[in-house]
Amino acid sequence: MGEGIQIQPATASAHASEMNWLFGGLLVTSAMILALVFGLIILFCVRYRRNSPAERGNRLGKTWRLEVAWTSATFVLFLGLYFWGADLYVRLHQPPADASEIQVVAKQWMWKTEHPGGQREIDSLHIPVDRPVRLVMTSQDVIHSFAIPAFRIRQDVLPGRYETIWFTPTKVGEYRLFCAEFCGTEHAHMTGTITVMEPGDFQCWLDDQGAAETIVRQGEGLFRQFGCSGCHGNASTVHAPKLEGLFGRPVPLADGSIVSADERYIRDSILMPRNQIAAGYPAIMPSFAGQIGEEDLMKLIAYIKSLGDKTASFAERPAS
Amino acid sequence: MTAATFTDKPAVSVPSYLMEEGSTLRSWLLTHDHKRIAILYTISITLFFFVGGAAATLIRLNLVTPQGIFEPGTYNRLFSIHGIVMVWFFLIPSIPNTLGNFLLPLMIGAKDLAFPRINLFSWYLFVAAGLLALFAVIAGGVDTGWTFYTPFSTMYSNSYVILAISAVFVSGFSSILTGLNFIVTVHKMRAPGMTWYRLPIFVWSNYSTAIIMVLATPILAITLALLAAERLLRVGIFDPALGGDPLLFQHLFWFYSHPAVYIMILPGFGVISEVIPCFSRKPIFGYKFVAWASVSFTAVSFLVWAHHMFVSGMSLYAGLVFSLLSYVIAVPSAIKVFNWTATLHKGWISFNAPMLYALGFIGLFTTGGLSGLFTANLAADVHVTDTYFVVAHFHYIMVGGMVSAYFAGLHFWWPKITGRLYHEWWARVAALLIFFGFNLTFFPQFILGYLGMERRYYAYPPEFQFWNVLSSAGASILALGYVLPLFYLSWSLVKGQRAGANPWAATGLEWRTSSPPPKHNFDVTPVVTRPPYQYRPEPEPQDA
Repeated sequence: MGEGIQIQPATASAHASEMNWLFGGLLVTSAMILALVFGLIILFCVRYRRNSPAERGNRLGKTWRLEVAWTSATFVLFLGLYFWGADLYVRLHQPPADASEIQVVAKQWMWKTEHPGGQREIDSLHIPVDRPVRLVMTSQDVIHSFAIPAFRIRQDVLPGRYETIWFTPTKVGEYRLFCAEFCGTEHAHMTGTITVMEPGDFQCWLDDQGAAETIVRQGEGLFRQFGCSGCHGNASTVHAPKLEGLFGRPVPLADGSIVSADERYIRDSILMPRNQIAAGYPAIMPSFAGQIGEEDLMKLIAYIKSLGDKTASFAERPAS
Repeated sequence: MTAATFTDKPAVSVPSYLMEEGSTLRSWLLTHDHKRIAILYTISITLFFFVGGAAATLIRLNLVTPQGIFEPGTYNRLFSIHGIVMVWFFLIPSIPNTLGNFLLPLMIGAKDLAFPRINLFSWYLFVAAGLLALFAVIAGGVDTGWTFYTPFSTMYSNSYVILAISAVFVSGFSSILTGLNFIVTVHKMRAPGMTWYRLPIFVWSNYSTAIIMVLATPILAITLALLAAERLLRVGIFDPALGGDPLLFQHLFWFYSHPAVYIMILPGFGVISEVIPCFSRKPIFGYKFVAWASVSFTAVSFLVWAHHMFVSGMSLYAGLVFSLLSYVIAVPSAIKVFNWTATLHKGWISFNAPMLYALGFIGLFTTGGLSGLFTANLAADVHVTDTYFVVAHFHYIMVGGMVSAYFAGLHFWWPKITGRLYHEWWARVAALLIFFGFNLTFFPQFILGYLGMERRYYAYPPEFQFWNVLSSAGASILALGYVLPLFYLSWSLVKGQRAGANPWAATGLEWRTSSPPPKHNFDVTPVVTRPPYQYRPEPEPQDA
């Protein structure tokens, strides 16, 4: 029987510990209601079976008060559970600023991951314990879903856009990664291993991966290779938006609206530049749709993001 | 309407609907009689139930070992066809088109549905759709799952997607026509004195179902047409590579498919609300609350679709709103469960087969509904959505709840429909087997999902094997429970004792005519003077 009988998945992230309490709360609430309903049904079925002599006068008469009472009691109880779950969910969408960022590209049927230092993995991810990690994920083909039950997280990974999720692993060990959205023939084998390591071990692991160029450096190369620097570079004479300090800032658009310059905005601006034109600039940028692969796009964005960091004095910058 | 009419006299004067038009195949295939059309539907959906059930059996067989038994492509086709057949060719038509078709006119004192020819036409559409679905299976199957998520279904699947969605598309028109027929019938054809608050809850439920059918099904048709346009003509609607949005498909699909859950379960509520009062010999507790809870589903069922999409990449704020609305919809469900339970209080309860199925329904529906507290909860859903927890959750509602309700109704009205009594002992055995087999099959799946076993996996990590084996063992008991009625009910058609007009001493107009009823239901149009469920010992003051 495999590895025996399990009734509880591993609890290996800060979020997972909080989720155990939420699940406990949900379990107790539903068990209480279930016990009440089953208890009453069994009690009534026994006491009021057809041949029983039980007294049946003074039945419940006016129902209005009773209905309103049990309806509102249930609803108030449910409302409490709602806020509990909503609070955890909102926090799951607010990564801390110091989270290290890992890029994930999903395709039929594998997970490709890449560390900030440029180390790549397939169907596996090594991370240090007790450090927040933020994943930026996209798909090359159909919808996949990135799920780690031990961390109680999952997020669909869509083609054509970026989805993010974050977690702080709290326990050293190996945990399973699953694809949770049906993605074709070998969906069941689109799985992997998350290895949570002590920081020292993790550093050794990184060093063992051999010298790799950081994602930002690779992105810088692509920035020149695809000719982005011709217009957006410092030496350019073309009237194009400057990218320094762009990331995370609000950008006024030609149509009067304002968007936040996040990963999704930059991606769309590279692939579909005419959709969102920065105010005050001519719509002259060509589309790069079909010319840049998903992994290269992520590197370009990482580079543009690092340009944003230049304006911030405290930021750590890779030596160039 | 007299309270307790033990009219055991067999129908002598008028030939029954089974006799009057003759028994040729032609007389059945061209009939306009709602009762005969109900029988045609019953035979068709029974066939599909066993097709879908065979697929389920193979799925459970495959999952006995971690590495699986079938080829991945085969397994993916099995669960897809299981879902498509069970949802659109069994659950959606199950109660409305069989019991609803048969009983709605009888319960309101009418001679037939408002549009008998449209009723027959809807069955032909259903058969055409069913043949398309079976053809899709024989041609090579479809591997998208019943949800047809894009862009997999439009650009990547190499299976018979167009054939499968055509089948679903056509079956939708059968739903719409039935819905239309029910709405008009309930509005226009009630017998003298049959006011809205004298309608049995079964009628309220089927009426509410009909409204959802008419409002929601066209959205499915449009969505599937768009899917076909993208797959066949490369029109970019859902695939981002063509400039489309894959989440748009999910929004459209669930905008139909969540209300469809209520198309499936509401008629079940109706059946239970008839059976429980009859075998408790008491009026249903809080009649008006139960009636309006049914109607309220027609509105709220349209407001919760995106709770299927909490991890899809939809906006965070949308998630917050849809989770809250999902907790709101739990309220009318809770009202129903509390009212059924309160109906038992101080009754004279007997445990005939329909009652056993009905009590099983309350247990399984309540368990399924409470597991909905987990899936409606944002953070909890992040962990359990797309796992076996969700599989268990909706099977508790759809199979545990809905199929038990269908069986409760089938047994309750079997004497009325066929004029024969089934073997009570076997029927009780089947009801118990189904209840225990069901729990053994699906309760382990809650645990599997919580542990992290994902849906639609033909192979799984070895630590999940124990619960999978338990689930498959339960499935074999469940299968036995579902096959048994096929035998003893068929047997009763030949050897069953003849039933009187009202073997359960039930209230309701359908019991005032002979069993089986004459072609035009009533010799004289009945006049209704009292509310429903006036059981012994004394007429009740009407509550609420």
